[in-house]
Amino acid sequence: MNDINDLYQQMILDHNKSPRNFKKLENYTHFAKGHNPLCGDEIDIYVLIENNVIKDISFQGQGCAVSKSSASIMTTLLKGKTLEEAEEIYENFHKIVTSKIDDNINLDEMGKLAVFAGVRKYPTRVKCATLAWHTYENAKNGEKEITITE
Amino acid sequence: MKNYIKKNIDKIRSDFPILNKLQNNKPIIYFDNAATTQKPQVVIDSLKEYYENYNANIHRGVYYLSQKATEKYEETRNIVKNFINAQFDEEIVFTKGATDSLNLLAYSLARTYLKEGDEVIISHMEHHANIVPWQELVKYYGIKLVVLPVDDNGELILSKLEDLITYKTKIISIVHISNSLGTINPIEEIIKKAHEFDIKVIVDASQSIQHTKIDVQKLDCDFLVFSGHKIYGPTGTGVLYGKKKYLKEMVPYQTGGDMILNVTLEKTIFNDIPNKFEAGTPNIEGIIGLGEAIKYFQKYSIDDIYEYEKELLNYATNKVLEIDGIKIIGTSKNKASVLSLYSDVVHPHDLGTLLDEQNICIRAGHHCTQPIMQRFGIPATARASFAFYNTIEEIEQFIEALNKSIKLFL
Repeated sequence: MNDINDLYQQMILDHNKSPRNFKKLENYTHFAKGHNPLCGDEIDIYVLIENNVIKDISFQGQGCAVSKSSASIMTTLLKGKTLEEAEEIYENFHKIVTSKIDDNINLDEMGKLAVFAGVRKYPTRVKCATLAWHTYENAKNGEKEITITE
Repeated sequence: MKNYIKKNIDKIRSDFPILNKLQNNKPIIYFDNAATTQKPQVVIDSLKEYYENYNANIHRGVYYLSQKATEKYEETRNIVKNFINAQFDEEIVFTKGATDSLNLLAYSLARTYLKEGDEVIISHMEHHANIVPWQELVKYYGIKLVVLPVDDNGELILSKLEDLITYKTKIISIVHISNSLGTINPIEEIIKKAHEFDIKVIVDASQSIQHTKIDVQKLDCDFLVFSGHKIYGPTGTGVLYGKKKYLKEMVPYQTGGDMILNVTLEKTIFNDIPNKFEAGTPNIEGIIGLGEAIKYFQKYSIDDIYEYEKELLNYATNKVLEIDGIKIIGTSKNKASVLSLYSDVVHPHDLGTLLDEQNICIRAGHHCTQPIMQRFGIPATARASFAFYNTIEEIEQFIEALNKSIKLFL
């Protein structure tokens, strides 16, 4: 039986209530809009990349607790990282939310990302968690088009 | 207790196998009846019976099995005709569902009656199935789509209707009961007004057929559509009722087998109604199951069902109003079955997941009515919708779960 606390962990509830970097950046080099028409989630991601480093990153938008906290946690993890480091974090995140429940993933090494392990048990909610991350990828790659995560 | 449903609720619930199943050792509380209803055993059995005893294609089979299948299929037509009080069996056309019925109507009405610049009126609270087919006519036939607005309570602003009607208005297609707000629209008035101006009226009865009395002759609607699976029948079944004089004039929607009288390589003579609108092998077992579903439904008095479901809705409404942080979208006095909730504290999708943990099935989303969500400035609602097999006890558990969810997010 699923334990709802696996999904709605304190960190997720906290970031949902007080999202970090929840603003529009004054100076940014990259921007993308993410949209999940199925649930109506919308997110704007602003990124300032200088010399291969994510100097600043922020988001705005509306969505459920999972999508909002995922965006908030993502910004705290990616800020100050090189693009290569960011890529590694993105891949780890992806690995966690798309893995099977009994897949052997060492969550201890995943730091804050481990909080998303609970999402795996809720296939209908995985797309909520991935919206911000896909939108960041789009922003970084210079695509401003709306992302649909289905 | 005068209400038969209330008195016999345990017996009624035992007719629906899913309601007696356990999930994680707990019963399922099914509050997504506006999306689809659960099926009584008699309906499930009828599908099995068809495949085990008389599976054959219908019409033109000279052997017994085919005759029996045809007979049962056509029996449903007669059951539906009597159920909605149509005048003739051939006024009942079987489709895949209400969406299919509305697509048929949009396509066929456009080709038969409409010309560029003609106007179709819908309302702001329509299901996408009653919006998108008309938008296609705008694109391909130059039809103008006009929208009757909705007020803050989720009621049609009926006083605007006459302003919207012009000499080019040919069709009004309107939902009877809103699937996302629960509002019961005054369709009698709309039909009367429309007919003063010689406008044809389509009623989308997808959410009313299972909750209120439908009498197409009394309503005098020109067309009426509903889905079988929302009235305890199988999925993939639907009904289009149309006045005989119009159905006879209208061109077919799909062509091919079963809808013809005679085909040569040069030309085809179409069959008469209703076959003209039923091309290809239909959902035979589904339609037979729909007949069983309606027969089952008709065992009860619609007044008892309406009264009982109203009691459930009123009880749930009053309890929800006591919860801080949740508001009800759709506050018309005249409502049925649907309770749409919105909270600034908990997003509808989070609410849906949290309730699911307690085996409470509700729907979170825009309910295929994005324009009315836009009208209220929200992306989605969490919707509980009731059927006559639901109980006050289930609603109490739902309210408790709502309270718990809100607290988690505060």
